[in-house]
Amino acid sequence: MQAFTRLTGIAAPLPMANLSTDDIFPGTQPEAAGKNMAYSDPSQMGANAFANLRWDEDGHPRAGFILNQKPWTEAEILVGRDNFACGSSREHAVWCLTAIGIRCIVAPSFGEIFHGNCFKNGVLPVILDASRVERLLRLVADPASAVLTVDLMEQVVVDVEGARYEFDVDTYLRHLLLEGLDEITASLNALPAFEEHERAYLERRPWLRSGT
Amino acid sequence: MKGGGTLYDKVWDDHVIEELDGGMVRLAIDRELVYEAGSVQLFRNMREAGRRALRPERVLAVPDHSVPTHDRSEAVLRGATADLLRQLDENCRTFGIELIDLHDERQGIVHVTGPEQGLTLPGTTIVCHDSHTATHGAFGVLAFGVGASEFEHILTTQMLLQRRSRTMRITFRGALPRGLGAKDLVLAAIGAIGANGGAGYAVEFDGEAVAALSMEGRMTMCNMAIEAGARVGIIAPDEITYQWLKGRPRAPQAELWEQAVAYWRTLPSGAEARFDREVMLDVDNLAPQVTWGTSPEHVIGIDGHVPDPAQIAEGAQAEAWARALDYMDLRPGTPIAGVPIQRVFIGSCTNSRIEDLRSAAAVLDGRRVADGVRAMVVPGSGLVRRQAEEEGLDRIFTDAGFEWRLPGCSMCFGGRFDSLARGERCASTSNRNFENRQGRGGRTHLVGPAMAAAAAVRGTLADLRDFL
Repeated sequence: MQAFTRLTGIAAPLPMANLSTDDIFPGTQPEAAGKNMAYSDPSQMGANAFANLRWDEDGHPRAGFILNQKPWTEAEILVGRDNFACGSSREHAVWCLTAIGIRCIVAPSFGEIFHGNCFKNGVLPVILDASRVERLLRLVADPASAVLTVDLMEQVVVDVEGARYEFDVDTYLRHLLLEGLDEITASLNALPAFEEHERAYLERRPWLRSGT
Repeated sequence: MKGGGTLYDKVWDDHVIEELDGGMVRLAIDRELVYEAGSVQLFRNMREAGRRALRPERVLAVPDHSVPTHDRSEAVLRGATADLLRQLDENCRTFGIELIDLHDERQGIVHVTGPEQGLTLPGTTIVCHDSHTATHGAFGVLAFGVGASEFEHILTTQMLLQRRSRTMRITFRGALPRGLGAKDLVLAAIGAIGANGGAGYAVEFDGEAVAALSMEGRMTMCNMAIEAGARVGIIAPDEITYQWLKGRPRAPQAELWEQAVAYWRTLPSGAEARFDREVMLDVDNLAPQVTWGTSPEHVIGIDGHVPDPAQIAEGAQAEAWARALDYMDLRPGTPIAGVPIQRVFIGSCTNSRIEDLRSAAAVLDGRRVADGVRAMVVPGSGLVRRQAEEEGLDRIFTDAGFEWRLPGCSMCFGGRFDSLARGERCASTSNRNFENRQGRGGRTHLVGPAMAAAAAVRGTLADLRDFL
């Protein structure tokens, strides 16, 4: 997995509450994207990102959508509202964002499954108070102040005015992300602990011994 | 972090392998469910990395998301669908996973088939790479919907890394009025706490109105816990649970059954249990619920009116409401009953079980679908479908003008075979009314099955109480 340490990049405002993973990666694909959800190769999913918001029926860019406007066409950070990426567990919603270069999302809260999926793909979800996110939404909507720095080592977001927004992140997930570690390899090393638990567990819950 | 002696805490504690620095826990997983869409990549990853499934005998696979429900002839199945089904079949063989395939009568939506087969047992942990896995919480299970990478991690290690959630209890006081059901309860709860109100919480549904529900109704409730932002929805097991499970193919038998039930009786949150948040809802006068917007929290009673964004102070919410009204093509103040619909969908992992079909059929018996409305009913599994046919429900549906389908997810998410056309408005028993969810430009109103039937007959959103 790609490590995440520190990123300075353009941030795009997406001021929509309850933006769903359906919005980010539609299950009902427009013809322009031409890819079935079950088949898409993660690296080829860029066209699917926000497809209904980004493209019109003929597959042309919708001029009003922020990611179709300069400088946000180069965005590496998204700033969203409450419950960002709620709904479906489809990891495609993260894959298609990484395919267009997004590495960090700042919001007051996230859909929890999406939040977990981010950490599996080298993407950092940052949770800040709604009032601070509203301030960032206003700032990054102006091309002159659209650049943010996100530092996972120091756990802080810094805007162009130098204001600092500290954030919390789980210790273990932070470690995985900073080092770019493969979580499965790390967990396979912990299998003896699982097996020890399993022996005692099946001893006290014998009706679960026979598998399914 | 310590728990408060709730049902959630008890099941959680029983599965903790170890706690890491910072509070992350390695949690043991008992059962996994797999379906075709979204599993192609994770199996490919496992193959390429040379990894095996650690406990394949605990996994059950069943195709549901992309299967056709109108016709399963070779002509329909060929191409992309056949390819997906073939890959699921190959992956199950490679990794030693049992598959209930499309030719098996037990095939259905994973969250219908799993419980039906007795795979879902109280006090266990279950995962599936689908957000509606919370459904299984109806049995007193910690059931987690996860992404594909997380699922791959669990298949390989049988462990889920997760922090203990805070706990919330939503207590439904009183008795549901006649004709209303579990969907009305859970939609009202989402309206009360918001689509994000459950974030960070494990939500336990409790109270007289929940205790009175069948297992089908309880599954409807837990299924939609995710629509309140909660990872886990859970209901304490009781006699109704044990009766429902007894004799199911994968449920314990004889002596083991007695041992299991004795343990399950210790699971409910006791009088001393402490929750981080308590919510009370009185249901005696609840009206049938219907969504007007594009989030499940946009919900009102069928006797209500479309709300006005100008009436609320909070900027972000006013913006969201205005956007939703624009998408839904509705004006503030419009009575929601009477809004014309063109499509009706009864199905999905929320409302496709036998009780749901009975409830819709009770409204439809002797009535006809209104002119200009296309209505379909998609049973949740082949077994539900057969039982409905044995009860004569299929005749009620088809006589009324409904399409009687084969089991699958169908129009819940606007897949390849079934979707709304641009501008079409649908009364749907599914779980998400997001923009474009059931088809590009389609408009979804979430309702319970009896409300969907009432809408089909009236040709508009309608009050099921007029049909009792």
